Amino acid sequence: MSTSIILLCLVVFGAVAYVAARSRATALAGGKSSALHSRPGYYGAYAAIWAVLPALIVLCVWLAASPDIIESTVRNAFPDDVKAKSAAEQDLSYSMVATIGRGFNLLTSDELTAVGADTKAVQAKLNEKGVPLAGEPQPYMLDAAKLLNAESAGSRLVMSAIVLVLAVAGALYALRGITPRFRARNRVERVMLWGLLLASSIAILTTIGIVLSMLSEALRFFASVPPLEFFFGTVWDPRFAGAGSSSEGQFGLIPLLLGTLYIGFVAMLVAVPVGLFAAIYMAEYASPKLRSLAKPLLEVLAGIPTIVYGFFALVTVGPFLRDLSSQVSGLLAGNYTNFIQAQSVLTAGIVMGIMLIPYVSSLSDDIITAVPRALRDGSLGLGATRSETIKKVVLPAALPGIVGALLMTASRAIGETMIVVLAAGVAARMQINPFEPMTTVTVKIVNQLTGDLEFTSPQTLVAFALGITLFLITLCLNIYALYIVRKYREQYE
Amino acid sequence: MTNIVSPVAGAVVSKAPERRDIGIKRRYAAERRFQAYGMAAIAFGLIFLVILLSTVIRQGYTAFQQTAISLPIEFTEKTIDPSNKRATDPSVLVAANYGALLRDAVVKELNINASSRPDVRDASAMLSKGAPIQLRDMVVADPSIIGKTINVTVLADANVDSANKGQIDLSVDEKNRKINDKQVGWMNELKSSGALFKQFNTGLFVNGNSSRPEAAGLGVALIGSLYLMLIVLVLSLPIGVAASIYLEEFAPKNRLTDLIEVNINNLAAVPSIVYGLLGLSVFINFMGMPRSASLVGGLVLTLMTLPTIIIATRAALRAVPPSIRSAALGLGASKMQMVFHHVLPLAMPGILTGTIIGLAHALGETAPLLLIGMVAFVANAPTTPLEPSTALPVQVYMWANEAERAFVERTSGAIIVLLLFLIVMNLGAILLRRRFERRW
Repeated sequence: MSTSIILLCLVVFGAVAYVAARSRATALAGGKSSALHSRPGYYGAYAAIWAVLPALIVLCVWLAASPDIIESTVRNAFPDDVKAKSAAEQDLSYSMVATIGRGFNLLTSDELTAVGADTKAVQAKLNEKGVPLAGEPQPYMLDAAKLLNAESAGSRLVMSAIVLVLAVAGALYALRGITPRFRARNRVERVMLWGLLLASSIAILTTIGIVLSMLSEALRFFASVPPLEFFFGTVWDPRFAGAGSSSEGQFGLIPLLLGTLYIGFVAMLVAVPVGLFAAIYMAEYASPKLRSLAKPLLEVLAGIPTIVYGFFALVTVGPFLRDLSSQVSGLLAGNYTNFIQAQSVLTAGIVMGIMLIPYVSSLSDDIITAVPRALRDGSLGLGATRSETIKKVVLPAALPGIVGALLMTASRAIGETMIVVLAAGVAARMQINPFEPMTTVTVKIVNQLTGDLEFTSPQTLVAFALGITLFLITLCLNIYALYIVRKYREQYE
Repeated sequence: MTNIVSPVAGAVVSKAPERRDIGIKRRYAAERRFQAYGMAAIAFGLIFLVILLSTVIRQGYTAFQQTAISLPIEFTEKTIDPSNKRATDPSVLVAANYGALLRDAVVKELNINASSRPDVRDASAMLSKGAPIQLRDMVVADPSIIGKTINVTVLADANVDSANKGQIDLSVDEKNRKINDKQVGWMNELKSSGALFKQFNTGLFVNGNSSRPEAAGLGVALIGSLYLMLIVLVLSLPIGVAASIYLEEFAPKNRLTDLIEVNINNLAAVPSIVYGLLGLSVFINFMGMPRSASLVGGLVLTLMTLPTIIIATRAALRAVPPSIRSAALGLGASKMQMVFHHVLPLAMPGILTGTIIGLAHALGETAPLLLIGMVAFVANAPTTPLEPSTALPVQVYMWANEAERAFVERTSGAIIVLLLFLIVMNLGAILLRRRFERRW
């Protein structure tokens, strides 16, 4: 029975159990629902849960575990000379066996007996059925494939039987337990509570997943490249991840990190003054009308996908800066060479800065408006102008919060990918000229992981080491920022 | 006494203007400057918004029209099936030289000397390289048209399309552009006779990706994005709402729930590319799900969207006044009934608004999808979420990397489509909030 049919059966069983339990509860109460502890629907839900939940858990566990168990059974049945070979060769043989098994499932029993143990005939027949084999199979593979198919079919049969029996048994057990005084609602609500708890633990599971998955891959990377060479290396030259290429690449993090920080710095140079002044103006000066118009419009900038900014940088801003620089040098030096490259730190930084303006402005806006009115009134009452009040009273009071907001923005700048992929260039260099291209951690993660992947080469695995570095940097920035913001908020509450 | 008083009085008189000049002018000037900085900052942001949008729209609106050429094509039997075998061997129809039919039609239409090979080559280069396939499909679908002459509308080549839209500077020397003067002349000739015209570009919304700009479309990307959004909606809304209900209504204040809280806030700020790495190593490498599939993309985007939805849902739940809860509990409802029968329905508009905003965010996300291989060149529409697919923003990324001029127009067109979707979603969220939000 296929999994979807089993699932459909479970749904039907659940519905039947619901209806049966519900009507049984009403019948037991003699039609007076006030005689029941819970409303009839809860008795139905109780029975449905018993019918579906245990069976579903068994089904999931079985589906997750059975392929591995079957694989090890089949591998144990391999002849001894095959078992003596290396693990990689055994893997290859097993995948061949799996393919043959898949092909055998497409053959009728007559065809199966017709091809018999003739390996050539098997290959030809399977090819005809649209299952091409990598080479001529060996005789033991045919037996292994038959064993594999028999085991899978057997496992599936047993699984279907157990799941369906469990569903029926669960439903019957629940139905028998129903009495008017039975506290069905409490039972159902306990299950619901567990469901809610499970849902909220997904957040934790995601974090654990991120850390564990990246850590395990990064550790495999550090097995071939020493961590010191990675964290303090000044040359990034991973070489091509071709099969059999023995040339050792160099994986130095420093140039990438410098590029990331440099571009982030330029972006903050654009975003912080503009965002802060916009926030101050909107919080302190703007009329409600202007505020209700300008604030959402600025936030549109945050809603535009970053790929659009990347394209804008690539097609408009980059060429514009390049042409501008050649005009400027033409005017000043009389020689029209552009000193700004189309892909440069400046291009990526400016465009990223524009993207970050709304983050700075709306976060600081909230913080500035949270400064108590009394502080302002006091300062204005002493004769200070509004700008003096802002500079001398409001901003110092809001400073910790603003610093927190800026740290959060900085972490966004560091983790930003699409703008730098399109606008910053791919050359990993260490230099200080903002008009030249540099590259970032995120660009290299994308570069190393697009195209054909081999999960064994350091060229691929380095992306995970870069990823965990990025994750840790942004995590630290965020935790610190949250800490500052929270502490500051408590001051005035 | 006067001697003593007068210097004091004199001092007062002489010092008074000095003391009254407390720099009011300077300070007011500083005040005005400060205000001007603020206005300049807002103007800077808004001007860039306008430049960004107007650039994209100016470059992209032409992508919704495509130049086509209508030609009377003679489906001559001699070219398609010279030995008349199609009744027994239908594969002749597939392998036939349909380019020759087009060439003949163009040559005839333009009155070119058929023996001048460069002319013939230039003339047939004005048609899309996909046109022979279009004719092949027509013949295969209905072999009875062989021997007849039918008016067929085929796409023009991307360079002709660009020239027709005025995007190629024709004053440049002929050698430095992709369309020569002769072709421009023919183009104008066909245009004046009405054979060459612009039509609405349905291919942009239907076709899969293609290396020929004129035939490249967003069809696969739209379907992929639709799958992604469905998966994200189906998974993240129930899980997000359940998680927020637990945290907001049931969770005891202890270490574990504190940890979950901090976690969710941090997950909202994790760079999206990290989610891509998570998807690559957990879903593809560890669980063995297929690469490039929208299922994996949907799962990754779900994990990415969950924190946003949880934060929005918790805010919406918190906004429901405690009196509602007390009233429900006072009438004998259990806590679970109170939440599901009273609090949740009242919080629903806020939850949906947050969900739509989260979905809009997920729709524009590119980086994680690059890592799980959704950058694949997919020409055929996927029928299930397990097949290779691509998504709207990824398609924008792929086209942005193409060198040809015509792809810039396509890319901007794709961005316009993407932005339209985002605008519709955000407007929906705003309307939902306006229409159903209750102020207590």
